Amino acid sequence: MLKYIDEEMQAAKAFSPGNADRSVRLENVSSRRDFLKTLGISGGLVIGLQLLPSGSALAFDPYPTGAEGMPHKTVSDPAVFVAIDSDGSVRLVAHRSEMGTGSRTSLPMVMADEMEADFDRVSVVQAPGDEPKYGNQDTDGSRSLRHFVQPARQVGAAVRQMLEAAAAQQWDVPLARVRARDHAVYLLDGEGADAGETGERLSYGELAESAMAMPVPAFEELNFKTDDQFRYMGKGEIPMVDLHDITTGKAVYGADVQRDGMKYAVVARPPVVGGSVKSMDASETLKVPGVLQVVELAGSIPPAKFAPLGGIAVVADNTWAAIKGREKLIVEWDSGPHGSFNTADYEAQMRATADRPGKVLRSQGDPETAFANAARVVSADYYQPHMVHAQMEPLVAVASFDNGKLEAWAPVQSPYGTRQDLAATLALEEEDVTVNVTLLGGGFGRKSKCDFVLEAALVSKEVGAPIKLQWTREDDIRHGFNATTSVERLEAAIDENDKVVAWRHRSVSPTIFSTFMPDPGYASNVETGMGLVDSPLDVPNLSIEVGEAMAHTRIGWFRSVSNVPHAFAAQSFIAEVADSLGRDPKDMLLELIGPDRVIDPKAANMPEDLWNYGEPYEEFPNDTGRLRHVVELAAEKANWGTALPDGEGMGIAVHRSFVSYVASVVRVQIDDDGTIRIPEVHTAIDCGYCINPERVHSQIEGAAVMGTTLAMYSGITYENGAVKESNFHDYPVARITTYPERVHTHIVEHPFSVHATGVGEPGVPPFAPALANAIFAATGKRLRDLPFGDKVV
Amino acid sequence: MITITINGEEHQFDGDPEMPLLWYVRDVLGLTGSKYGCGSGLCGACTMHMDGKSVRSCVVPVQAADGQSVVTIEGLDPNGDHPAQKAWRDYNVPQCGFCQAGQIMQAASLLAQNSEPTDEQITEHMTGNICRCGCYQRIQAAVKAAAVEQASKGA
Ligand code: FES
Ligand code: FES
Repeated sequence: MLKYIDEEMQAAKAFSPGNADRSVRLENVSSRRDFLKTLGISGGLVIGLQLLPSGSALAFDPYPTGAEGMPHKTVSDPAVFVAIDSDGSVRLVAHRSEMGTGSRTSLPMVMADEMEADFDRVSVVQAPGDEPKYGNQDTDGSRSLRHFVQPARQVGAAVRQMLEAAAAQQWDVPLARVRARDHAVYLLDGEGADAGETGERLSYGELAESAMAMPVPAFEELNFKTDDQFRYMGKGEIPMVDLHDITTGKAVYGADVQRDGMKYAVVARPPVVGGSVKSMDASETLKVPGVLQVVELAGSIPPAKFAPLGGIAVVADNTWAAIKGREKLIVEWDSGPHGSFNTADYEAQMRATADRPGKVLRSQGDPETAFANAARVVSADYYQPHMVHAQMEPLVAVASFDNGKLEAWAPVQSPYGTRQDLAATLALEEEDVTVNVTLLGGGFGRKSKCDFVLEAALVSKEVGAPIKLQWTREDDIRHGFNATTSVERLEAAIDENDKVVAWRHRSVSPTIFSTFMPDPGYASNVETGMGLVDSPLDVPNLSIEVGEAMAHTRIGWFRSVSNVPHAFAAQSFIAEVADSLGRDPKDMLLELIGPDRVIDPKAANMPEDLWNYGEPYEEFPNDTGRLRHVVELAAEKANWGTALPDGEGMGIAVHRSFVSYVASVVRVQIDDDGTIRIPEVHTAIDCGYCINPERVHSQIEGAAVMGTTLAMYSGITYENGAVKESNFHDYPVARITTYPERVHTHIVEHPFSVHATGVGEPGVPPFAPALANAIFAATGKRLRDLPFGDKVV
Repeated sequence: MITITINGEEHQFDGDPEMPLLWYVRDVLGLTGSKYGCGSGLCGACTMHMDGKSVRSCVVPVQAADGQSVVTIEGLDPNGDHPAQKAWRDYNVPQCGFCQAGQIMQAASLLAQNSEPTDEQITEHMTGNICRCGCYQRIQAAVKAAAVEQASKGA
């Protein structure tokens, strides 16, 4: 464990009052059981959660999660996830993709913990895309641990008890006379918890064969560990399983897969989404040494889900020859329906829309009258351009079509979805398609979309050889599935007593759904549920609205999705209101959130289709007590309110997303030339029970850097339908010179009974507004348009 | 004919002399530890050492490496125990890990020239290496720790 993490963990512990109360309050057993019943969850180990028999003394009380609403739900069959060899080595299956969040380490760690395996003797095997076998594999939405910690514990407990049963049989003693501990089963001198070990033991290796032949215990027979018995969970002492391979260059990412006879391809794609090849001359291309052939790929016009954009693939003996060959292609493109799309015009259009009344999604009190009668109205517009993920590993896939079967190796977040799309695209049966998952060199949502794998497969089929299809950085930036663009209008009505009496948040933003269906023109409930309609503010009159915006680019999930623009606007605006009233921003924030309460969505008039990240609301409610607590925690750790030298300032912001609560306090220092430096950040996160604190720290540290990047740099510009930016010189990301120098992470401590919630994404949304608020505090300059650069001018 | 020594082994190449060293090493030699991130010298994912100095191999044509000695992440230390590699593990630096071979090679070239780098020297030396996951805080700390370890070894 890193020393600084250790210190921060101890410190956060000391500042976690009342957590026990809270965990009790969150349990609502009757509604949980009803929920299970309505889902028709039945017996058998292939289902993750079952009804508890009454009076069962399990150490954890299973609870329903959104996993039950995901395709193929969860699986907890030990035979699927665990193999023990006679030498005692244990292989555990990771079925979610590893893109840097650590789930490939953390889920096997949970299994190992519950099965009393020594993690040093565990190796991790990556599952191919096969959801009927493994359960849902869509690695997105900050769901891996939230949905699979329970099934992982169940697998581990079942295996431990099978090992114990095998030992008891071998010694011919009752089960109560044996106990598993540290990769072995020990014979006890008596029965019960107080019995001591006799010294006689059977190692897991010795027991492997007979144990795996034992019947799998029924769920109600499982004895789970209590929190104090965890050896790995909650400790953060297990390094990532790939750490050694990563530091020695042995880790295998998408581009590192090699196949016999493999050829290399790059694709020239239409510059405009929905465009196509009008005419093409490849004669110079084919003269480049190493170039073998060109293949024309059919295009698609949105909504086309993840279908390739089409274009010309250049196939060669190596990547370089393919890139050179592509440079020599002469292609005339037809730009299709989006050829006149311009970012500047679109921004103006969105601003105009935000200025008009929108479609009201949620209304409380009488906002129109309250605004009409206000002593004063404060208002502001905030802007976010389209952004691309720019994950460090550009898209790449290897595919081999051979004899009516397709095998792919790819860094994908959705291995099974990829398999299904490959089968559909190539008109194959699903069983004739295999998708092997490599490590992902970052994903952030881009690798949920498998267009690049489909391209590799189509080219392989045409060429008749394994193909490594590489996107260049330019391809990656120009042909993304963008984060949405938005204009957010915020308005507050203030009365004669300087009280905020009405609040309006109107969001104008093209929807992700336009990628999948005819463009509805308005943000979907999934997007508006991300920090818009679920606003926790305690203001008597409230209007939450959306305005129309038609999509002209491919829009997709980008880490934290619509939470980013919603939080940037709402949390910046709270600080603006505070300033206009001469109030402290943190006090204003807490006052607007109002008292500790679990928000009742009905009473708050939230829409019927309120999106709660797919989670059952009763189990994962919007709890303003927890929201307030992270504000207090971050503020306290940052010494909020202390006087700062000239040119320095602190800003605060908080946001609930992916059913977690995160607050950040950012301190900035503005150099004489206006350069923004970020010497210190304090982020407090309440993610329920924290399974792997060390990786939570690293996600929060990374979220601060990504937050810095999107605040200062990220913006994609379209001119006549084509993206102008192309590489890191004009689409910069934070470097070691601009990153927050010291990010302190403070994790709210909870027992396992407080459900684990998302970690990968929730750190991002509060960062940019906290930074903008800090810059305002330091300079008096309010930055409302992203990206605002790394200098205050 | 181009002759390059890579990780102590001599290789000969008579293909396109303009092919960047990165693609030669990855596609022709099959050493995949060095990564492609931008192809334009902007990100550092492809960093190798050429005659002891770190270079962006995506913009070094193989002909410029003719007669030179090149070290990739695979050849940095026979057991993967260069002080930078060890420090990277001690600090659990990586998230996705994709940039880290380049980061480690860049750090190692600093340590080779300067066994007691200041914070500013570390920042300046590492500024060409992007980590989109945002591991900079740990990278900075790991380079420092590696310098201490290296100094203690040298003493
Ligand atoms: S790939 Fe060489 S610097 Fe980016
Ligand atoms: S660890 Fe992912 S880019 Fe650096």
